[in-house]
Amino acid sequence: MTTTQPTASALSPLRGAAPPPGPRRRPRVSATQWTALGFAAPLLAYLGFFYAYPLWRNIDLSVHDYNVRAFVQGDADFVGFANYADVFASPIFVTALTNTVIFTLVSIAVQYTVGLALAVFFRGSFRLSNTLRAMFLVPWLLPLIVSASTWSWMMNSDNGLINSVLRAFGGDGINWLTSPDYSLTAVIIANIWLGIPFNLVILYAGLQNIPGDIYEAASLDGAGPARTFASITLPLLRPVSAITLLLGLIYTLKVVDVIWIMTTGGPANSSVTLAVWSYREAFGTGRPDFSPAAAVGNLLIVIALVFGFLHLRFQRRQDES
Amino acid sequence: MRHMNPHRRSRSAAAAVACAALVVVAACSGGGDDSADPTSGGGSSDSYTWWDPYPQHEAGSDWDQRVQACGTEAGVTINRTAYDTTALTNQALLSAQEGTSPDVILIDNPAVSTLAETGMLTTVDEFGLDTGDIDPNLLAAGELDGDAYGIPIGANTLALYYNADILAAAGVDPASITDWASLTTALEQVDAAGSRGITFAGIGTEEGSFQFLPWFWGAGADLSQLDSPEAIEALQLWVDWIDAGYAPQSVINNSQNTVWEEFLTGEFAFAENGTWQVNSAAEADFETGVIALPARDGGNAPAPTGGEFIVAPVQDDEARYDVTRQIVECMTTPEGFVETATTFAYYVPPTEEGQDQLLTELPELETWVDAVRTAQGRTSNGLGVAYPEISEQLWTAVQSAISGASTPQEALEAAQAAAPAID
Repeated sequence: MTTTQPTASALSPLRGAAPPPGPRRRPRVSATQWTALGFAAPLLAYLGFFYAYPLWRNIDLSVHDYNVRAFVQGDADFVGFANYADVFASPIFVTALTNTVIFTLVSIAVQYTVGLALAVFFRGSFRLSNTLRAMFLVPWLLPLIVSASTWSWMMNSDNGLINSVLRAFGGDGINWLTSPDYSLTAVIIANIWLGIPFNLVILYAGLQNIPGDIYEAASLDGAGPARTFASITLPLLRPVSAITLLLGLIYTLKVVDVIWIMTTGGPANSSVTLAVWSYREAFGTGRPDFSPAAAVGNLLIVIALVFGFLHLRFQRRQDES
Repeated sequence: MRHMNPHRRSRSAAAAVACAALVVVAACSGGGDDSADPTSGGGSSDSYTWWDPYPQHEAGSDWDQRVQACGTEAGVTINRTAYDTTALTNQALLSAQEGTSPDVILIDNPAVSTLAETGMLTTVDEFGLDTGDIDPNLLAAGELDGDAYGIPIGANTLALYYNADILAAAGVDPASITDWASLTTALEQVDAAGSRGITFAGIGTEEGSFQFLPWFWGAGADLSQLDSPEAIEALQLWVDWIDAGYAPQSVINNSQNTVWEEFLTGEFAFAENGTWQVNSAAEADFETGVIALPARDGGNAPAPTGGEFIVAPVQDDEARYDVTRQIVECMTTPEGFVETATTFAYYVPPTEEGQDQLLTELPELETWVDAVRTAQGRTSNGLGVAYPEISEQLWTAVQSAISGASTPQEALEAAQAAAPAID
């Protein structure tokens, strides 16, 4: 899209130099438009192939009854919203929705708070602050399969590191991954650890944009650290916070890998989220059920879209003020 | 950009370049199913495509050479591609949808009926293959509505490995374990002697069902009725072991590999595992042995058959079938079965002749050959394509019960309510 802009704006000096009225104007504009289209075409084609088509296909899958046979033969019956009705009526739906809400909200709340605290902490430079900050990025650099597997080893009921520490201090071991009461907590803990670097990096960058003289003026006025944080850091960081939370929300909504590797949504669906449910329907069993999986996937897209629009509205209101 | 703007010609040229780039993109993305692609089927007439689920056997390995030898014998070259087991089913379905199925697929037996239902596989009869020698209990896993869609190239199954050192220390004679009661007594003795009892896989995937089935069937339960009293008894057995501490609660997340790793630590007296660990057991730091999985009231419990089937997907060009048949036949002669068995760390041949031949070479495999002879196909007894759904409900019930989320009875009743009805 950006490629069209220079061409359009560059046209104005030309028009000012020789105003060509009437018929001569039309072919030139059309040539410009063609050029613009030519430049935009690769991008449009890319968007079409990799965004619009999969999205359309997902909707198509969700309104047909694609069992394996129909998938190969291509003769799936159109069933309208029956798949959605099945999804809503399924006993897993309520569990998955509740778990998704808890997983997402707790994850991003803690990630944001810890990320912000660390960002503020690293703002004051001290010895080794860069090294330390770099080390906080490690969770981001590790492949997910590695970090999720490591977490599941650490949380193993019998031989896990966490339980051996608990026992060393006289506590009882917890069946982190194998008890229905703890499995959701376990995957949330792992997911929080994975998400902190992202929050730290974005918020730290946001903090760099707050001019230092404001803090100077505040300290001259006698504002303490708490007051400075509440009246300067937080308000000036609001746009960055909003985008961090929105991105965090979208990333967290669609988390499959961490949960799948650690608990596969179990035991007894206690850690299943909408995304995991969708993945399981499509790929997790010996029998792929693409239609319900697509229906659940589309629900997730709608949820993410709603929050996306909320963000846009929030931003517009902020731009106006 | 700004300075070149007045020159319309260069602008158009740029646009032309951009469009040309677009054409290339479109051509690349649109031409994915080009027949030059080695992974697509129906290639040239002297090259045949072959998919199998053994990525651990790379090009040039014994297995790869064996496949190639069968191609050479038929006068063609074989393009072999290996996928992960679950990915293979999805790949096979996708290729069938695109009309680019490979000539031969080796596929895990519960997937055969799923693929057959889509109409993408030829039947054994259409292909003119003789299956008269194959053990009927093994062949049954590849049948759908009375037609056989593939030939087992070998079979594996489950049995109970034991740590002979631990049993000796606890004063347990492995030969005395013939039913559930004697096994539980043995676990009690082992536990009292300070060792850990048994480990198995209760993970929420097909492996969990696979490991539970010998107990389920051993109690006399049937997959068409998940909440029968026998089924509840089988699940209760597992739950009791966990409650008594004979089995760790973490079996809920155990895959069969994890089970084996736990066993190799030397802490566990028993581990439920498969034929594929025979070599590893022989190399363990302690003395190991193996007994058949006991049924509730004595005798061997039917274990589920594992192992791959060789299937031939439908091709547009039927002239290819002739060579494909030669390749399949080369893999399924008695000598071929024994060769596969030894290449694959004890894959038991599916014919009596092959089994006898294997036993003369390796008499210590008798427990395994017996286990394979009593084994039962998961998709057998008319379950076919319903099996994967039933299995999902079964492993969910196992997880609910052993995690304590519900009692075995509640868990299995919920499973039966959610499972597809079998008529």
